[in-house]
Amino acid sequence: MSGFPVSGDEIAQLTLEHLWLTGAAMLAATVIAVPTGVALTRRPGWAKPVIGAANVLQTIPSLAMFGFLLPLPWLGERAARVAIIALTAYALLPILRNTYAGIRGIDPTLIEVARALGLTDTQRFFKVELPLAGSFILAGLRTATVTCVGIATIAAAVGAGGLGELIFRGVASVDNGLVLAGAIPAALLALACDGALGLVERWVRVPGPGSAA
Amino acid sequence: MSAAIEFRNVGFWMAQRRRRLLDGISFGVEAGTTTVVLGRSGSGKTTLLKTVNRVVEPTSGEVWLHGKNVRDAELIRLRRSVGYVIQETGLFPHMTAERDVGLVLEAEGMPLKERVLRSHELLNAVGLEARVFASRYPHQLSGGQKQRVGLARALAAEARVLLMDEPFGALDPLTRGEMQDMLRELLARLRMTVLLVTHDLDEALFLGDRIVLLSEGKVVANLLPTEFVHSRQPEVEAYVLAFHRGELSVAEEKRA
Repeated sequence: MSGFPVSGDEIAQLTLEHLWLTGAAMLAATVIAVPTGVALTRRPGWAKPVIGAANVLQTIPSLAMFGFLLPLPWLGERAARVAIIALTAYALLPILRNTYAGIRGIDPTLIEVARALGLTDTQRFFKVELPLAGSFILAGLRTATVTCVGIATIAAAVGAGGLGELIFRGVASVDNGLVLAGAIPAALLALACDGALGLVERWVRVPGPGSAA
Repeated sequence: MSAAIEFRNVGFWMAQRRRRLLDGISFGVEAGTTTVVLGRSGSGKTTLLKTVNRVVEPTSGEVWLHGKNVRDAELIRLRRSVGYVIQETGLFPHMTAERDVGLVLEAEGMPLKERVLRSHELLNAVGLEARVFASRYPHQLSGGQKQRVGLARALAAEARVLLMDEPFGALDPLTRGEMQDMLRELLARLRMTVLLVTHDLDEALFLGDRIVLLSEGKVVANLLPTEFVHSRQPEVEAYVLAFHRGELSVAEEKRA
């Protein structure tokens, strides 16, 4: 093991890159998967094929996914684009599935009451369905984020940067210190995201017998 | 006399199943009176109730409300103009009593301040002190209190018609009695037209101006409460007798 192989500045820089890749992918995945999940609750017949397709995306090995995307025009020009698209693809399933299941899981009586009271479809969604399914949707977001923080380390393989840089460099030069310098911050980042989203999740949870509200 | 709610030969059946849930239902509910629809589980009472605010669309026949066919009414308007109370689970778990009661007003775009004022008024009207109960969630309320909130919500839109589906079915007899007293007093004051569904004969006699007995989707009797208890019609008699089994058996034991 060679002394300490990398400066704190570099780790901070790569952590930021890592966060950017994950954050951008999560944003994109949320924007796609939440509305799609909601749309599926309106047309449950489509749920199986669409969620199935997201499931298939999930099974593609991450290294292969990055590899597949590289030769594509426009995308391949920038490694970060490839990484963000790939991470988005992985984040879709948990968000989509939880959005769909969260809304479908609401007590049908409550949905009927919302209709009977004369709420419009939009009002029913924002005043009833979204708040009741909120913590469920967030749980999906949380799973997706943690997964993405992990997978984002592989983005370095296509030159997209992030903490994976250090890991790949460490593996290439058989330097465990370097591997750990990438792996430990990545693990901490995953824990931090999990913790932060856990707090948000608790905040949107529906008050019930077990809660403090 | 004008009927506020009128069923004209209403039928309902599911495409897949042969059985008719409702079959040729015709009767009217006069404005300002309470009609109780009585019947055993599966007799079609709830389905009938839901045709009024078009949560269920009848397969045949027409439902008229205040002299207009509900099919021609604008759906959202119609539903907001009809109060709806159901058994137990009707309150939203993520809403305080105050918000739930004011939900229809919120949907109508009434400003928050006015809305809160109105919800508090309504909570007080159903016997829940707003200062104490306005900020409570359903899980912090007893069964009777929940039903009071549900009732307050149904009154919020200044509905003239109230649909009640087994509103007190899940309550213990003493609480149920208190609720019935409160409801009767409130209805007399507000002069509302009420269609109430129950299988409880006692409730029907206590609250109903008329009692309609439903059996297998058909109206088998439409009587005044006094007529109902003395009717010699077999279906009615069977229903009345079913409610006095305990009493009769005790009386029998005494005699023996």
